[in-house]
Amino acid sequence: MKDLALTRRTLLAGASATSLLSLLPGPALAAGGAGVLNVIAFPEPPTLFIGLDQNGSTQTVAGKIYESLLTYDFDFTPRPSLAKSWEISPDGRTYTFKLQENAKWHDGKPFTADDVVFTTKEFLMEVHPRARVIFENCETIEALDPHTVRFALKKPFAPFLMAFEMSTAPMIPAHLYKGTNYRTNPNNAKPIGTGPFKLAEWQKGSFIRLVRNPDYHGEGEPHLDEMYFHILPDAGSRALALEQGRVQQTQFQDLEPFDVQRLASLPNIQLITKGYEFYAPVARIEFNTRVKPFDDKRFRQAVNYALDRKAILDTIFFSQGRVATGPLNSKTRFYDADVTRYAFDLEKAKALLDDMGLKPGANGVRTQVKFLRLPWGESWARFAEYVKQSLAKVGIAVEIESADPAGWTSRYANWDFQMTSNYPYQFGDPALGVARFFVSSNIRKGVAYSNNTGYTNPRVDELFAAGASALSDAERQKAYSEVQKILTDEVPMAWLVEVDFPTLIDKRFTDTVVSAIGVNETYRRARKVG
Amino acid sequence: MNSNLWRLLKDPGAAIGIALLVAVVVVAALAPVLYPQDPWSMAGRPFLPPFTDPQFPLGTDMMGRDIAAGLAYGARVSLIVGIVSTACAIVLGVTLGGIAGYYGGLADDALMRVTEFFQTIPTFIFALVMVAILSPSILSIILAIGIVSWPPVARLVRAEFASLRGREFVQAAIALGESDRHIILRQILPNTLSPVLVMGSLMVASAILTEAAISFLGLGDPNMMSWGYMIGASRTVIRQAWWMSFFPGLVIVLVVLMINLVGEGLNDVLNPRLARKGRA
Repeated sequence: MKDLALTRRTLLAGASATSLLSLLPGPALAAGGAGVLNVIAFPEPPTLFIGLDQNGSTQTVAGKIYESLLTYDFDFTPRPSLAKSWEISPDGRTYTFKLQENAKWHDGKPFTADDVVFTTKEFLMEVHPRARVIFENCETIEALDPHTVRFALKKPFAPFLMAFEMSTAPMIPAHLYKGTNYRTNPNNAKPIGTGPFKLAEWQKGSFIRLVRNPDYHGEGEPHLDEMYFHILPDAGSRALALEQGRVQQTQFQDLEPFDVQRLASLPNIQLITKGYEFYAPVARIEFNTRVKPFDDKRFRQAVNYALDRKAILDTIFFSQGRVATGPLNSKTRFYDADVTRYAFDLEKAKALLDDMGLKPGANGVRTQVKFLRLPWGESWARFAEYVKQSLAKVGIAVEIESADPAGWTSRYANWDFQMTSNYPYQFGDPALGVARFFVSSNIRKGVAYSNNTGYTNPRVDELFAAGASALSDAERQKAYSEVQKILTDEVPMAWLVEVDFPTLIDKRFTDTVVSAIGVNETYRRARKVG
Repeated sequence: MNSNLWRLLKDPGAAIGIALLVAVVVVAALAPVLYPQDPWSMAGRPFLPPFTDPQFPLGTDMMGRDIAAGLAYGARVSLIVGIVSTACAIVLGVTLGGIAGYYGGLADDALMRVTEFFQTIPTFIFALVMVAILSPSILSIILAIGIVSWPPVARLVRAEFASLRGREFVQAAIALGESDRHIILRQILPNTLSPVLVMGSLMVASAILTEAAISFLGLGDPNMMSWGYMIGASRTVIRQAWWMSFFPGLVIVLVVLMINLVGEGLNDVLNPRLARKGRA
């Protein structure tokens, strides 16, 4: 033990001197432990209190600390988490959950139905826009006994059962938050959840250490003793850390695509693409349908025909994903492949532009447009360059505009763009993740990720409303199939690539990616073999 | 002047520098002829190593764009930014420095305080902020570099003017009743040109470096290929594809080195009393 302590102290001393070592002070100590998993957290989470922040890396770490009532299979079948069973009334308006009786908060207090009522009725309604839209549908939320909760809806809301995912409705301890100012509550700095791991130590800029929660409600779980989340801001050092075995897992966009291909071929590393179904983004170009020439459907279709989706998939995303056919990712529920397809066809694109009266000038240019590129890394810069080149071939001269993340968000939210790219998450159900971009009631100036294209179609509004309130999946499918047909014909956006995220993980670890939220799951069943 | 040029060419460093710079200017000027497709076009297979395909002697980048074409078009951006921004800085610096040095007194105090104000801000960061605010384009980059690099010129010119103003030929001109304008433009300015020329040549080099750094950080003109952008974009693939950042880097080093050699040569020729031999 003395040796270990010495190693650690030496390392920490060295850490202040050299930045490289400071990135990884933990593993030297951790490597010896049996059940220790080292993961990357990129970027460093601003907080671990999932109630107030649902950034990607916050979810990955806080997903081990906080839980919701349910979790979901890869095909979105709900599975027990803090709820052990549930019932839905035949009219689709009452949902009753039975809770785990032995679940406890990390401070030892029991988890009860009162916590669920407080979280869904008070806490989330105040601080969580995405959850608010869902729980607004509730007429009453009440605790029938300490381990039974009943939600009564105003009218049927089909995706309601999808709301109990960890980042959408994380359970928050009522005894610590009720009646306080949620944003300034001192407990935000020391997260108290019900999950299988507890926060032990957080060296800002360096690592986060979680330890096993011995009082976890899952029998004999979790199997791992400790988890380290390393803060490595540079893509090169992240790849190196995995290659050298100092971390055993990377996820989302931790690695550059070309590093993924290289590292996935290492003998001790496996590549898992499952576990992102809940996010399942479609990379797309959004057109501002308020401005010329994007107000003309033919122009938008021409752009769709002029882009070679396969080439974009291969050169920009290094083949990690699939060619997209429409607004829904094919891994999402209610996806329909029978829609208008836009195969790469320059002649069709030119014909549509000719039809609009946009004839090529002396230099071959028909019209000038501006493309506000997404400021999230080099892939998106290359994507913009690719679009510029492709559209030039049909006589559309593209001027690329660049902005920093804050500037991009502000211009996007305030409709100050002609075309821009984007890849938002779909949250497993069209009513939760897709409708928001197309229904006219969600045209809200100043709000990013609303209906920023300004697209309006009363039939689309109707169909999305029908899809959300229909009682059977067959009825829902009918509504969503028709919506997909209309949208792919009117193309307020160009849907290009279904982006796959890779999880690379050491083969000695099993049962890590077990649900539709993959690496953001609790890891209660994860274990190290051999 | 002809003899000056001759003396410059006899300096081997300067001669090599001039030869290479002329070559770069020729390539930049002929870029559209040498590479009729623009440098962004995805002409070949991505990740093609150099010296394997005669069509792409320096290889291609991660999107199949010709590195050699990128270098040729990048030369245009670098030269334009280097020369135009230096010209702006010199015009601004000479004007302000000349007024301050010639008139002295209150004008001098006021202008020098302004100059000092600009000199207290780290130049590169100041340029970055300006480009970010003005939104990245080649004009905003030229403007930003011009604005951050005039203060040294102003100080140099002011010192020259202040010292020349007391000389007898200037006093004589004043006594003859020549106008201030005439004295400044005809009598003093021609005598300050040598040091300004030397300083300007070195400023071109630093402007090229600044532009490369701005583009490297992703704030370059997104519609123009530049050397700094090429390095910045391929920095993350350096382990798989060294050539994408190596060639633009090499070109930047060479061009800046050559400009410095020429600048040193000019210095020796135009300021014989300060020549390096003399200092040693």
